[in-house]
Amino acid sequence: MADTLSLFERRFALLLSILLAAMGMTMVAAARHGVMAVHGFITIALGVGLVLALGRVYYSAPPVAERAGRFYDAPTRLGIAMTLIWAIIGMGAGVWVSALLYWPDATPAVPWTSFGRLRPVHTTGIIFGFGGNALIATSFHVLQRTSRARLAGSVSPWFVLIGYNLFCVWAVTGYLMGSTQSKEYAEAEWYADLWLVVVWVTYFVLYMRTLARREEPHIYVANWYYLAFILVVAMLHIVNNLALPLRLNAAESLPVWSGVQDAMVQWWYGHNAVAFFLTAGFLGMLYYFLPVRSGRPIWSYRLSIVSFWGITFFYIWVGSHHLHYTALPYWVQTLGMTFSVMLLVPSWASAGNAIATLNGAWNKVRDDATLRFMFVAAVFYGLSTFEGSFLAIRPVNSLSHYTDWTVGHVHSGTLGWVAMIVFGAIYTLVPQLSGRETMASSRAVEWHFWLAVAGTLIYVVAMWNAGITQGLMWRAYNENGALSYSFVQSVEKMAPYYLLRTIGGALFLAGAVICVLNCRATVLLAKGEAADRPLVRQPAE
Amino acid sequence: MLRLHYNLEKVSMGLVVAIIVAASIGGIVEIAPLFTIDETVELPDDLRPHTPLELAGRHIYMREGCYACHSQMVRSLADELDRYGPYSLPSESAYDHPMLWGSKRTGPDLARVGGKYSDDWHARHLIDPRSVVPASIMPSYPWLRRPLDTELLRERLETLAKLGVPYDEAMIGASQADALAQSRPDGEGADAVRARYGEKVVIRDFDGDPSRLTELDALIAYLQSLGTLTDAPYTILKASSADIPDGDGHE
Repeated sequence: MADTLSLFERRFALLLSILLAAMGMTMVAAARHGVMAVHGFITIALGVGLVLALGRVYYSAPPVAERAGRFYDAPTRLGIAMTLIWAIIGMGAGVWVSALLYWPDATPAVPWTSFGRLRPVHTTGIIFGFGGNALIATSFHVLQRTSRARLAGSVSPWFVLIGYNLFCVWAVTGYLMGSTQSKEYAEAEWYADLWLVVVWVTYFVLYMRTLARREEPHIYVANWYYLAFILVVAMLHIVNNLALPLRLNAAESLPVWSGVQDAMVQWWYGHNAVAFFLTAGFLGMLYYFLPVRSGRPIWSYRLSIVSFWGITFFYIWVGSHHLHYTALPYWVQTLGMTFSVMLLVPSWASAGNAIATLNGAWNKVRDDATLRFMFVAAVFYGLSTFEGSFLAIRPVNSLSHYTDWTVGHVHSGTLGWVAMIVFGAIYTLVPQLSGRETMASSRAVEWHFWLAVAGTLIYVVAMWNAGITQGLMWRAYNENGALSYSFVQSVEKMAPYYLLRTIGGALFLAGAVICVLNCRATVLLAKGEAADRPLVRQPAE
Repeated sequence: MLRLHYNLEKVSMGLVVAIIVAASIGGIVEIAPLFTIDETVELPDDLRPHTPLELAGRHIYMREGCYACHSQMVRSLADELDRYGPYSLPSESAYDHPMLWGSKRTGPDLARVGGKYSDDWHARHLIDPRSVVPASIMPSYPWLRRPLDTELLRERLETLAKLGVPYDEAMIGASQADALAQSRPDGEGADAVRARYGEKVVIRDFDGDPSRLTELDALIAYLQSLGTLTDAPYTILKASSADIPDGDGHE
């Protein structure tokens, strides 16, 4: 990585690495023990590792002068590698915690292997580790190609990626040691949150500076989505994580919000983490890689405008549908429900636009598993947004809420939509960045596809059954007007579904393992780097 | 419109501003009014904040991720009222930073679990759930027998006081002593805890081991306090059932 930097940039990167190690030392010195000290040690190790990596190539020949005439793909490669590593960690943790619901005594009775601590490892590992790295890596690629310009920085892409992964590692190791804010999908403690803000601002500045260099008058639609992802996630992250640390040298804090305000802010964040992290960013991915892979332009430009602004405007309102029949004021619940139903329009406009783009390329969908990943992603996007609007309707929600139906819904989105589009993008990118036409093994891609589809279907169907069973059992009355079932009876009924869910998840994980091996084999067989080049303005004669 | 957008998408800062505006409106409309909640949600007179020992227990509840499987929010639905008790009021979690309403019931709701089971039941259940509920799929928490770390308890109360929870100087100053005293019913500090937090505070040797203050003590004290911080939900439900001559009195 460092060999792509000029001598000045190497010095600057060295300085940043030393500062990082110094930050780690400060954390260790201030905290002395506990979670923050461990995080300090991790940071020192990272800083020292980066110094060594830079030192090794410090005196090597600086990059060729015509560097500006090439796309900067090295950060994307690291991002894809991190995506795959986090996929295995996050999905592995998911399969394991799901197995724990079937075999509750399967883990040794030590704190860090407990369900409650591993569960956020799964959610953070997937959303931030797998999803986030995939978004950053592909955004660098898409931004450069659609702007026909090289990234506007040489050190900052590395800072964004490495800094972001440091956040993920802090978060996940913190949970294992029992450090958590307990806000779902925002469990990381206060200093990790602050660090993420620094990383995110750098990311935004890099994005804007690169856009400013573009050689295309128009900003392509994929970039609108990536921009919405960057901007709105920043807004959500900052507001939801406002907290007072108990002490500046301890990994514990209390959110400034309480009770009903906290619930509203949390689900405003929680649902828009789905919207702007797990949807907007990945739609950006879809709008670039689907046309590229199928060789067809996006079906309707107008529809993409309508759906983009519809999604950006409507989604923000819908978080309160997580709080139907609770102590949240009724009118806020009603607004959340109404906008959730309206949201179906822009959501289906996006899904329909994607599927219509494939018109004329259906033979490719049949033959090319990579394109099939993207097609299935668009279909699952349409299905899960329909389900989402449906579940947000108050009476439906009275049955589904608190049950495994919600879990099934989330996974039809994350497995069926998010992960499938990521794999489609990876199978497009990895050969291209290796200067190859295809992955090392096309059969392996085919295997991965069917394992992923089978795993998703088994998972989702099991959770539908589980959730509806729970909802019906909890509200059943007998002829005497008493509740028919005790709570634990509904727990007993879950066993077969929880087992099936574990099997579905394991199939999906197996597919991801195949993907990792295939990507590794492809990179080892690399014939060079990406062949395409940015437009470079020539000085006037 | 299309012409406007045609021009907008050539200006990156224009897109940025438009995205921020479009994505802010919903949040502002839904969240901002909730900050007038001091005027719209009445805090019951008998509402008390958690004691230091209960707060320590709440921290353990969060640390172990209990909220991932247990909600603390009884919805206003007939079966929930029959199963768990009166529906939850916004005032009940007014002092909770953060709230622990939860989103999933792999296990039952805990908003009204205080006083429902004995301390001994809780202790056995937390150490080995299947010894008291054979079909339970809850994890075992044998490490809760270790001594309670009260290092940050004072800071916890102090920080909550800064955020508006009514802890006074005396409560903050005595936080560590009160935590120990709440598990020593025959000790000297028990009366002081009652004087500070009210007569209804449960003062017991929660884990059955009087020699040590353990994490189990704190967590059980917290669980026994759930739903008991105010009587308001019960009085409101009683008042509303009285209005309906016949029927089951639920919504």
